[in-house]
Amino acid sequence: MKYEIVIGLEIHAELSTKSKIFCGCTTEFGGEPNTHCCPVCTSMPGTLPVMNEKVIEYAAKAGLAMNCSIANFSKMDRKNYFYPDLPKAYQISQFDLPICSNGFVEIDSAGENKTIGITRIHMEEDAGKLLHDEWGKSSLVDYNRCGVPLIEIVSEPDMRSPQEARDFAEKVRSILQYVDVSDCRMQEGSLRADVNLSVRPAGSEEFGTRTEMKNLNSFRSIFRAAEAEAKRQIRLIEEGGTVIQETRRWDDDAGKSHSMRTKEEAHDYRYFPEPDLVPIELSDERINNIKESLPEMPWERFERYTKDMGIPEYDAGLITASVRTADFFEQAVTAGADPKTASNWIMGDLMKLMKEIDTEEIPFSGEDLAELIHLIKDGRISNNIGSKVIEKMFRTGRKAVTIVKEEGLEVVSDEGALEAIVDKVISANEKSVSDYLSGKKKAIGFLMGQIMKETRGKANPGVVNKILLKKLDSIGDM
Amino acid sequence: MKFDVRKFTIKEAAKLLEKGEISAQELTEAFYDVIDAADESVGAYISLNKKEAFKQSEKYANGNKGTLAGIPMAVKDNMCINGMKTTCGSRMLEGFKPPYTATAVQRLIDEGAVILGKLNMDEFAMGGSTENSYFKNTRNPWNNDMVPGGSSGGSAAAVASGQAVYALGSDTGGSIRQPAAFCGVVGMKPTYGTVSRYGLVAFASSLDQIGPITKTVEDSAIVLNAISGKDPMDSTSVDTGITDYTYGISEDPAGMKACIPVQYLAGGISPDVKKRIEETIGFYEKSGVTVEEVELKLADYAIAAYYIISSAEASSNLARYDGIKYGFRSENFSNLSELYSNTRTEGFGDEVKRRIMLGTYALSSGYYDAYYKKALKVRTLIKQEFDGLFRKYDFILGPTAPTTAYRIGEKAENPLEMYLGDVFTVSVNIAGLPAVSVPCGLDSKGLPVGLQLIGKAYDERTILRAANAYQSQNPLHLPFEEVSHEI
Amino acid sequence: MKISKDTVEYVANLARLNPSSDEIEKLSKDMEQILGYMEKLNSLDTTGVSAMEHVEHISNILRTDTVVESFEREKILSNAPDEQDGAFKVPRVVE
Repeated sequence: MKYEIVIGLEIHAELSTKSKIFCGCTTEFGGEPNTHCCPVCTSMPGTLPVMNEKVIEYAAKAGLAMNCSIANFSKMDRKNYFYPDLPKAYQISQFDLPICSNGFVEIDSAGENKTIGITRIHMEEDAGKLLHDEWGKSSLVDYNRCGVPLIEIVSEPDMRSPQEARDFAEKVRSILQYVDVSDCRMQEGSLRADVNLSVRPAGSEEFGTRTEMKNLNSFRSIFRAAEAEAKRQIRLIEEGGTVIQETRRWDDDAGKSHSMRTKEEAHDYRYFPEPDLVPIELSDERINNIKESLPEMPWERFERYTKDMGIPEYDAGLITASVRTADFFEQAVTAGADPKTASNWIMGDLMKLMKEIDTEEIPFSGEDLAELIHLIKDGRISNNIGSKVIEKMFRTGRKAVTIVKEEGLEVVSDEGALEAIVDKVISANEKSVSDYLSGKKKAIGFLMGQIMKETRGKANPGVVNKILLKKLDSIGDM
Repeated sequence: MKFDVRKFTIKEAAKLLEKGEISAQELTEAFYDVIDAADESVGAYISLNKKEAFKQSEKYANGNKGTLAGIPMAVKDNMCINGMKTTCGSRMLEGFKPPYTATAVQRLIDEGAVILGKLNMDEFAMGGSTENSYFKNTRNPWNNDMVPGGSSGGSAAAVASGQAVYALGSDTGGSIRQPAAFCGVVGMKPTYGTVSRYGLVAFASSLDQIGPITKTVEDSAIVLNAISGKDPMDSTSVDTGITDYTYGISEDPAGMKACIPVQYLAGGISPDVKKRIEETIGFYEKSGVTVEEVELKLADYAIAAYYIISSAEASSNLARYDGIKYGFRSENFSNLSELYSNTRTEGFGDEVKRRIMLGTYALSSGYYDAYYKKALKVRTLIKQEFDGLFRKYDFILGPTAPTTAYRIGEKAENPLEMYLGDVFTVSVNIAGLPAVSVPCGLDSKGLPVGLQLIGKAYDERTILRAANAYQSQNPLHLPFEEVSHEI
Repeated sequence: MKISKDTVEYVANLARLNPSSDEIEKLSKDMEQILGYMEKLNSLDTTGVSAMEHVEHISNILRTDTVVESFEREKILSNAPDEQDGAFKVPRVVE
């Protein structure tokens, strides 16, 4: 029996506003517990929320970038439940009138273009953090994160594989970074995903029972969790069992999930309109203004790179995946680097270094890359040396010109200096010389190699070749 | 000079201070003497603020000469004052000292007010007799066996017995007006949004308003001037565009058009109350105000709508009391779940728990549409009905309460009966309108009757003018004989 | 309308209240009486009437995205029933 996997994602992204959604406390990550708080975000009696205008703008921006309709009229609602990290015992969120709805995101999964629907995006506030003390008898509550603005992005159950789920999550992240509404630092928890997954016999129209895995904070865990859950459900069904609708906790280290302790109490959140906040009205004009303020989207840059700059699609795809990388690329091109060359350096050496050091940031500008490319173009250093230089740029922060100068990496073209070295190599390699002279023209390669080795790669190959040939010919004439 | 400070109005006290006939310090001292003498019989105060009050009184001497400067007043104990105990009449907040001050109170402090202390109230403002206070009963100054009304019972009793020149109360379904009526003083609830709710411990967010309790209508307007105005900390507060509520207050009411709903004088109100109201109607007619009878068909539905809406909002507003961040925490718990339920069960009184249960039920899955949503629709209809009346009339009049003050303990057992006493006041909160209760005589037992005037939204000045017209022509009764007071 | 003991217990749990069995009885009676009274709303025809969530017709009350200095931690914790290491302390939360 073949099964089809059906996946929907709910992604929570912290918005990068400076202050919290309902009060002026900072949204800065970290800080000593309870030092980014005030009576409002710690829900002291008599306090009231006041909406941060930037949250609405950012949420609308995110929605527009994902092709959503932006509501002319929306409001906030209370979602009531008890948990120590929720000081008011209700979360101010949006229930029936979310700010964005009916959008979509295009993903490129396994070479195929696919559209994933976005059901809705709504605004809400984040809760605090629970820390557990060492002795295990208590928990400690830190409200710093309480009130940090979030958007919740709910997808249609359109994904059909763990890879698609991962691709979708990565695409959403890329979009959010492009519109600059969230820094999406997953290790800081500013982007988290819930995976809703069910399986059904291939060809069936009905949905199977779905389970939910919450708060996954890496693309890898989204993939692994989805993959494991699909397997678990299929195995369960094949063994004659039924999938129970439940929330499961995914343990990425162990590579498995387990059911969360539930007393089978479906949460009755008793949603009702937030009486302390007034509705949000966005005119078509305002929405248009926000739309016009959207920066170029990744697919728009992709068009430009492939059509105007002649970059291959594969490369353009990789570069535009991250707004930082794309910006970096454009800086280099604006500073005069040839697009294809710049792209090669990014796709090759730079991405390798970024992976090795595990960073998303290139610690120098596109102009610095352009400088390196010019050095090579002008023949002052070779490509090989270029690779070494770029690594030093990455690790030490020095500029290309400085590195070349300080470490004396310039190509040596001085004929006088090179002649001496050529002579040296010739006298040390009689066999290769006689091989060459007896007709094995390929032996020159070995001699060239030796000369480059002697000069630690700095010799100008063209000049060396000219000198070597001249000398060899003159020997031959003897 | 010998003064009975108990009879002072704001204007009188201000004049004496200005003329230097009494110092702010002496005035404050005098009030604490009154409080000392009256506390046992009336029990209006939960806590006193002596050290701070005397410091505040010094500000007057140092030059702060606003209209309210140096004048001793008191605050209902559900408004936060930085560093002062704010209990809301509940065990749940018994030791709570907020690190911030309610905007309305801060505005009074900025005007130089002297805060004598915090006043007793029904727990979390839920109740109509102040019998639901965890700490003590307050007794009506007119007859100590009777309730002062509620939930701002302490505020009304304090003003009536001269233990403060004026007080702040809060009104969600009548909690300023009804105790003012029972205690024979003036109580006004402004249009929703006029006074900031920041720092007022929330009961029902869409209904709560802070307002003044005073001896005279003019004093009421003076206090309203100080406390009203848009506050960036309260999204529901508005800029009313009105800067002076005393403007035109002494003008002749002749030419105004008033109406009285027939439902208001129907069965269920005591005959003495009916008589006093009819006399008031006579007064207005003689003064050139037309008073017509009208139908207020939805009057009967207001209580049901009110209790659903207020209980639902309260159930959510009071969920934050969990023994984690502040307030009472049970000593009986071995896990988090017990911490929550034991803290809340032990920390809240019966009436509060009853309303939380009602509200939770009304919002719960399967019942939301039938109760809460339905109540909100009825709210629309009630507002529309009032809007219809205000197209023809300047104000609506009627009794504030169906009876005068009743015996302490008399209604305690029957919550529904207690709720029905709110019939004239709750629809005003539902529609967000302004209303004032002004004393209009005594009943045959010598207990005060209150006349309620309801105005159009943001039209406090009309009802203040009409109320002032009545008060200026009719004697102000006080529950004490004027005594000369050595200071 | 009848409010059963089960209903009272369900609602009490939602509200994190722990009434004794006597209290559950009383609550059940009180709620029945009060909710019964509220049934009168059903006799009002509200078809086509919108729910009035706010009595004022205002919208877009917003503040700018400016950081305001937070309160000192000491003030935030000043009323805490139990605290440790600058955080509010509760019995262990089992997830």
